[in-house]
Amino acid sequence: MSLDHPPTLSLTEEARRQVEICNACRYCEGYCSVFPAITRERAFADGDITQLANLCHNCRGCYYACQYTEPHEFALNLPAVLAEVRVDGWERFAWPGALARVFQTSGVSLAAALVVGIAALFWAISALTPTDGEGFYAYLSHAAMVAIFAPAFLFPLAVIAVGLRRYWSEVGGTRITGGDLKAALGDAARLKNLSGGAAKGCNYEEGDRYTQARRHAHHAVMYGFLLCFASTSSGTLLHYGFGMEAPYGLFSLPKLFGIPGGILLTLGAVSLAWLKTKADRALGAPSVWGGEMAFVGLLGATGATGLMLYAATGTALVAPLLALHLGTVLAFFLTTPYSKMVHGFYRLAALIRDAQIRTR
Amino acid sequence: MSDLTQTLWDLIVVGGGNAGLCAAIEAAETGARVLILESAPKAYRGGNSRHTRNFRCMHQGPLSVLTGSYEEEEYFDDLLRVTKGKTDEALARMTIRASEACLPWMEAHGVAFQKSLSGTLSLSRTNAFFLGGGKALVNAYYNTAQDLGVTVAYDAEVTHIAIEDNAFTGLDVTLDGTTTRLKARALVLASGGFQADLDWLADAWGPAARNFLIRGTPYNRGVVLRDMLDQGAQSVGDPTQCHAVAIDGRAPQYDGGIVTRLDCVPFSVVVNKNGERFYDEGEDVWPKRYAIWGRLVAAQPEQVAYCIIDAKSIHDFMPSVYPPETADTIDGLAQKLGISGAKLRDTIETFNAACREGEFMPTELDGLATEGLSPPKTNWARPITQAPFYGYSLRPGVTFTYLGLRVDETARVSGPAGPLDNVWSAGEMMAGSILGEGYLAGFGMTIGTVFGRIAGQEAAAHVA
Repeated sequence: MSLDHPPTLSLTEEARRQVEICNACRYCEGYCSVFPAITRERAFADGDITQLANLCHNCRGCYYACQYTEPHEFALNLPAVLAEVRVDGWERFAWPGALARVFQTSGVSLAAALVVGIAALFWAISALTPTDGEGFYAYLSHAAMVAIFAPAFLFPLAVIAVGLRRYWSEVGGTRITGGDLKAALGDAARLKNLSGGAAKGCNYEEGDRYTQARRHAHHAVMYGFLLCFASTSSGTLLHYGFGMEAPYGLFSLPKLFGIPGGILLTLGAVSLAWLKTKADRALGAPSVWGGEMAFVGLLGATGATGLMLYAATGTALVAPLLALHLGTVLAFFLTTPYSKMVHGFYRLAALIRDAQIRTR
Repeated sequence: MSDLTQTLWDLIVVGGGNAGLCAAIEAAETGARVLILESAPKAYRGGNSRHTRNFRCMHQGPLSVLTGSYEEEEYFDDLLRVTKGKTDEALARMTIRASEACLPWMEAHGVAFQKSLSGTLSLSRTNAFFLGGGKALVNAYYNTAQDLGVTVAYDAEVTHIAIEDNAFTGLDVTLDGTTTRLKARALVLASGGFQADLDWLADAWGPAARNFLIRGTPYNRGVVLRDMLDQGAQSVGDPTQCHAVAIDGRAPQYDGGIVTRLDCVPFSVVVNKNGERFYDEGEDVWPKRYAIWGRLVAAQPEQVAYCIIDAKSIHDFMPSVYPPETADTIDGLAQKLGISGAKLRDTIETFNAACREGEFMPTELDGLATEGLSPPKTNWARPITQAPFYGYSLRPGVTFTYLGLRVDETARVSGPAGPLDNVWSAGEMMAGSILGEGYLAGFGMTIGTVFGRIAGQEAAAHVA
């Protein structure tokens, strides 16, 4: 189904209608953190709905278990309505919101950003060819790379920080303690909310059958991404802290993080995309399906192009592959505040807030 | 459909709820060719099982999500209390003993359990809750059945069971608007009671039954049950009785399920259409009295009653699916509920005057009783004084009927000339054999699981 709520109900009101029915039922308490969070309240302010929406990991266990899904007149589809509320919130919190609308919903826009990013790097490599330098720096100087990527990294972070502040204020968050952070990071690290509890998995690519496929694929992407990030960070540290400049050998930190990270990220993204084609679109936010798919592709492309670049070391392909990889990374960074990538930030914020409420 | 008619099935199971699925799985595991005929469309498959949430289970120590122990004697005593002795002790004890092995069997066949839900801590020792509720259980069993090669036909209404020489020979089923005869070597009947047939209920209860809400599936119309009774199958259970609880009067006619419950009765004053009280609202904690209020409300004019509470009590019970009517005065509330303001005010004032000082303790029998009031309110009697005032309407919500097929301990059905050769029954359709009156939370699923498994095993042994 599409979210066929009466036009008089806003998205938040429709979510509230559904959540109130859930609160009178409670059969789904063991699936994830959303339902225990619901049972702690009797009335749901708009901020509560925003918080519940970001706490929902779209495992869909509750949908398939629900006795009130269509054609029942209560017409519950909690994963879908919470997905819609999430997307709506990310757009409201983003600055400027219009960019979020463009990149969340349209895979074509994200692909266009990718093309622009790659083109920019090709131009940079041809226009700013350094006179000396080793490895990648023979094609693009370290200074040029920093000049491009430092702002491309810091600007999105600043935008996301603004969005998170808005989120935190809307959901009524308080000062974050070490305990809150520990609980939230623990949940995120294990993807507890995609585990299905005793059901041992979520309902995604095989309808009402539980599988761990999505959780495992997401783990691969998440840890692959973190390893790639660690690779870059360790490179930066080696460069500035120890005066050790790229290129790095196989048994260096950047490579030891980067190679498995790139492999995990690429394979994970391919799996996630494949699973996404199998799952029922009506249980997510159908309007952003294309944007989400493109985002998964972009993530996978950062890993794949990085691996290709490494494999091409010493060949004539380094220059074009460098442009391809750095252009992909550039597009990824710049669209981060407006793409599905923000889910990671808001999800962590929601987990922290949930930990606060649980221990209140 | 031609595939269905051209196969000689080892076993046809009529009804795709918990009991039928357990029977189908047991039989299919022995290699039998099994067909399930489910009268509902796929979205509503599972009968009343899709609305259930737990399974009452005997256990001699902590078992899965169950805490402590719950042994045969205590379980049987609980059953005796609710049925007031209307049970078959041998069958009941067999069921109770068999329940312990059912829980691991259920887990092995895909059912996931969760700790007792918030608001149901009193059941954490006796009842194992299904993660996601009964529909998740039903989904798990359909998946297991599919993996075992069981064939399922939805929208398949069985209209007649052919019995010759004390044996089942075939059945008539309507599929896609056409009625066909299917043949099988054995039959398990698990198609529930007749509570969704309002005409049948009205025959038994009188016209008042037309004001009842049916809490569960609209597909339990008792078609096969009536066909079997018409052919002289031995019956059990009072044909004029059904189990009803008091639910939110605004619930849908069918399939409202769990969310239509209202837990506010013990903290309220309950009046009928005439604004008069008619029973002790505070007789016992709600789980123990929940089941009698359906009949109490059914006996009131137009089968409706109204729960009146004030601001003090609005958070003392589980949230309801529909918001209450709200007003700043008793008169205003009466107007919204459609009852006489003067009469309601008089009832509330009389009640308030009979309340006395004392400590209110919502989770236990606090003995805070009225004085000199008839009927009394023997616990939680606090005056209704603090605006805003809230009102909920109550109607009887029928959950199941008692009339069913008499079975023995092997789940076998008896015809006019004694046990039928190849017909077994399980679930609500024969539950009256054990549950002659009242209800014990989670016991329906216990009967369904135990007898479903037995019926499937017996049928499989018959065709082996």
